[in-house]
Amino acid sequence: MTVPRARRTAAAVAAALLLLPAAACGGEGVGNAAPTRTLTVLAAASLTNAFAQLEQRFEDEHAGVDVQVSTGSSATLAQQAVAGAPADVLATADARTMATADDGGALAAAPRVFATNAMVLVVPPDAARQVGGLEDLAGTDLVVCVPSAPCGALAATLLDRSGVATEPVSLEVDVRAVLTKVTLGEADAGLVYATDARAAGDAVAVVDLPGAADLPTEHVVAPLAQAAEPELARAWVDLLLSPDGQSVLTGLGFGGPR
Amino acid sequence: MARADADLGRVPPVLLLPAVLATGLLLLPLLGLLARTPWTDLPELLGTPVVAQALWLSLTTSTITAGLCVVLGTPLAWLLARVDFRGRRLLRALVTVPLVLPPVVGGVALLGAFGRTGLVGAPLDSAFGLTLPFTTPAVVLAHTFVALPFFVLAVEGALRAGGRELDAVAATLGARRWTTFRRVTVPLALPGIAAGLALAWARSLGEFGATITFAGNFPGRTQTMPLLVYTELQDDPRSAYALSLVMLAVSLAVLAMLRDRWL
Repeated sequence: MTVPRARRTAAAVAAALLLLPAAACGGEGVGNAAPTRTLTVLAAASLTNAFAQLEQRFEDEHAGVDVQVSTGSSATLAQQAVAGAPADVLATADARTMATADDGGALAAAPRVFATNAMVLVVPPDAARQVGGLEDLAGTDLVVCVPSAPCGALAATLLDRSGVATEPVSLEVDVRAVLTKVTLGEADAGLVYATDARAAGDAVAVVDLPGAADLPTEHVVAPLAQAAEPELARAWVDLLLSPDGQSVLTGLGFGGPR
Repeated sequence: MARADADLGRVPPVLLLPAVLATGLLLLPLLGLLARTPWTDLPELLGTPVVAQALWLSLTTSTITAGLCVVLGTPLAWLLARVDFRGRRLLRALVTVPLVLPPVVGGVALLGAFGRTGLVGAPLDSAFGLTLPFTTPAVVLAHTFVALPFFVLAVEGALRAGGRELDAVAATLGARRWTTFRRVTVPLALPGIAAGLALAWARSLGEFGATITFAGNFPGRTQTMPLLVYTELQDDPRSAYALSLVMLAVSLAVLAMLRDRWL
């Protein structure tokens, strides 16, 4: 039985296409050891910039390791960890969400506090003069996180304590979504962490809140029970607590663990 | 029917196996939803004001969206089906864009147009102090943006399928185009309009990405059922499953209502 020529050609093309990515990978790996192991980190949205820097450092120190950071609301990430998400480490923006993961049996070791953060008010740069604090927020479009997210729980407590009768116009799913609404100019003000405000640079003006320092949130980290790379997971936790890791975090405005 | 099938031979396994797999793929998630539903706690989980607000908001916004689709979409479909003009193909392509656009991109695009600093939003704000984001009208706007293509394409198809000749007959009998539209074209296209309406309504009921991006998320104002499900999933997954069951029930009710006539 002979195979028609057209079909043979098609098979050859298909085979070539299949091999192409492999060839490309091989070429890339020359001289610069191709990543063979992957460390997957679930991180609170507020840790986006810090973990991007630490990822670089970790990959430099651990040849052949590729770090994948997945960011989102701590509450969502904790649920994912409990549901068995294929990840190695969980870092949240407060102890409450970490406790959810712990209760669900997702942690391989006790969580450690590696940084603290405080809440600030961000406003568009041109509005900085009109808004001096929470008391000036009446009648403005304020955005905060959903109460289930750490930033939302903290914002609710702050607003409650201030006694300001302002209702937010939107409850965003994570702290970066709140920041975006302010940088886009859609909201008049937002309650975010000091580090997020700093990461936004000139796009927002920061109003420090009296009383916010008394309500710090603790960033906690723990290796996950389902970790495929338990050693690397511990190494990541160690990096966060090391002087090196701490200097990166404090450089971005995080407070040290207490 | 059965006899005709028998005459054509037995069902080939190469077709039967994928069909069974497809059925499983569609059915299993629904069974998973039912399996995880906390049946005994349902009254407690669903009896909160937040749920009532979200359900009411979802039903009203999707109904208003469906209404807007009829008012705006029927003339557009008629234009595409009955009038020859330059750029008609371009216009049809434009109508299909929201269909393939990821909804969250639609939300970003809506912010660019109707946000406070957007193309239309900025002049609106400075002239009338009118801002759309974080309001219920923003929800309707986002829903209409994503649902309109479904409606227009369904109605255009119905208009093309039948009646151009009858339009011509009406014209020879002295009817003006508007009269023809009302008395001949629309009545003939009614099944298509109804199908488009159901599609648009369903698409609106399930809208998530464009809504949370453009309209935000606040109970009673912009938090529709899908947004509440997503929010609850972070907080209390049991509640998210209970809410999902409500959405499933509403969807099934709509299907049952439509079944006899159009499906």
